Amino acid sequence: MAPRKKASRDSNQVPNPLTDEDRVELFRSMVGIREFEEQVQRSYLEGLVHGTTHLCNGHEAVSSGVIKALRPDDYISYTYRGHGHCLARGMDMEAAFAELFGREDGVCGGVGGSMHLTDIDKGLIGAFGIVGGGLPVAVGAGLSAQLAGKEQISVGFFGDGAANIGAFHESLNIAQVWNLPVLFVCENNLYGEFTRINHTTPYEDLVIRARGYAMEAVQVDGNNVEEVYAAASVAAMRARGGGGPTFIEAKTYRHRGHSRTDPAKYRDPAEVEAWMKRDPIDLYRKELEARGVLDDAGADAIIEELRAAAKEAADRAAASEWPSADQDFMAKTFA
Amino acid sequence: MATQEMTYREAIVLALQEEMRRDPTTLIMGEDIGESEGPFKTCQGLLEEFGAARVRDTPIAETGFVGASLGLSLTGYRPIAEIMFADFLGVAFDQIVNGIAKHRFMSGGKVKTPIVIRAIGGAGLRFAAQHSQTAESWMLSVPGLKIICPSNPEQAYLMLKAAIRDDNPVLVLEHKALMSMKGPVPVGTEDIAMPTGPNILRQGSDVTIVGSLAMVGRSLGAAELLKDEGIEAEVIDIQVLRPMNVELIADSVRRTNNLVVVEEQAPTGGWSSDVVADVVSQAFDYLDSPPARVTLPDHPLPYSPGLEDAMLPSPEKIAATAKALLE
Repeated sequence: MAPRKKASRDSNQVPNPLTDEDRVELFRSMVGIREFEEQVQRSYLEGLVHGTTHLCNGHEAVSSGVIKALRPDDYISYTYRGHGHCLARGMDMEAAFAELFGREDGVCGGVGGSMHLTDIDKGLIGAFGIVGGGLPVAVGAGLSAQLAGKEQISVGFFGDGAANIGAFHESLNIAQVWNLPVLFVCENNLYGEFTRINHTTPYEDLVIRARGYAMEAVQVDGNNVEEVYAAASVAAMRARGGGGPTFIEAKTYRHRGHSRTDPAKYRDPAEVEAWMKRDPIDLYRKELEARGVLDDAGADAIIEELRAAAKEAADRAAASEWPSADQDFMAKTFA
Repeated sequence: MATQEMTYREAIVLALQEEMRRDPTTLIMGEDIGESEGPFKTCQGLLEEFGAARVRDTPIAETGFVGASLGLSLTGYRPIAEIMFADFLGVAFDQIVNGIAKHRFMSGGKVKTPIVIRAIGGAGLRFAAQHSQTAESWMLSVPGLKIICPSNPEQAYLMLKAAIRDDNPVLVLEHKALMSMKGPVPVGTEDIAMPTGPNILRQGSDVTIVGSLAMVGRSLGAAELLKDEGIEAEVIDIQVLRPMNVELIADSVRRTNNLVVVEEQAPTGGWSSDVVADVVSQAFDYLDSPPARVTLPDHPLPYSPGLEDAMLPSPEKIAATAKALLE
């Protein structure tokens, strides 16, 4: 039985220590995701986003921190709350907005939508709308990586709600028994859709789940981007070296409701307030300012720059054509 | 290329061997398929030849390993998943219908998902209600899947090879009652194409009988019985359930003017209803009688041998149904 490891808080102990340039890049990544999501909210109210959408405000440190630890040839599967993973991996904001707006220039030509942003060239192998549905797929990509022998790894992002579905358990078991290079990254935001974890799960610390599969597991503050990065870097190094999978539980919080129509009134205001005080972007800004990596004006400038970039990307996306209903959809169904 | 006599099971093994030799990105996953070579011995010799990396014994976890096949296909491999009993497709249902079947489409056609799911189904071996289904109907309503079903050794060989080379998800339904059926197989065939529709196995002018898998042989048996009564039946193997193409069947009905469809599934929600509906749409004016369907009853299959036999469409029952149309 692998012992539960405490994550290192000092990123200088990780395989690839962060430089100050990296730190600014991580800050920019988180701010970019936040500003994208805030723009999605505004665009939704303008009627540009259709159906539903699931914002990841509050989760930015998890996607940014983990993906910073990856190589360009690694694979990532994620969820319907997946805008952040795609942006952290470098998806173009305009192509992402155009997809959310259902337009021809969308990254999936407008047929995928908010829940299914995919860009195989960036290793973004898929966003899954079924809870836990992406985990067996992450395992398959991990097997692919193991067979190819190029020290690639596969990452599967999922939420606490997925820890109760069969696909999760089958995936952890297969990954461990085949010693696959897979990082299972649990974004534990305490709520599965509208229901708090204590009503659905016998404990709140989901690293406990990994013990049942004899899997290396670590719990991190999911609102501390460098702690997330450090844990992912160590896990990635182990996986690349043939050390097998790691379960990373990142404790975080959803700033907004489950989806667009959910005001999240089921949450205790004191709980919300406590977590809002631990906004991952504010925390990192303070840390970088304390370290002298960024000053107040520099941080503000980044936020303003990315807010404007998100707005401009959304404006350009809104000008994209609607997809034609006359196109060859069977060619999109079958190769 | 040389024609060799072999069983349906041996034809499956041969197709797997030839295609796994041909393409090093192929691999097969399933329960008890390594050293044990599969409960129906459909993976005989594969572990020895290709090794444990490409012939993988999985946990009993269809969601996990069928879903893993999607991840493999997206990252450069051509996985083959063996489902020991087609009934277990239900365990992997979400991964197949929401994942595998839709992934290419949802990406805007930008990814390829070359996946073969082989499922061994069918009644007649006293496996009772949870191990005797062909499970065709469950998958029939899912856009994005190709579904093919070989009824003899030659087709088992050719269809599986084509499925492995296809760049799309293909569900190959095999029938456990056909495993020891013998027939000629064109060994070493290199020029392979996916079947695109049904195939006429016996020509006749009085009635068209359509079946799949084990019902094809029973339909051919019915044609023999009908011949003794002076009735010439045309027997068609449906072969491809998705995408369904009934043109050849409609053409046949234009000549025979009568149609019987034989399906080894419950009467509701199966492919025989689609065949009847489409043939009626295409050849209504040529029909001399209302098309008939011979199916399983609308309850689960019983275990006891006499009971199971009584439920399955027999050559006698198929022949009687056809004869009644002509009276």
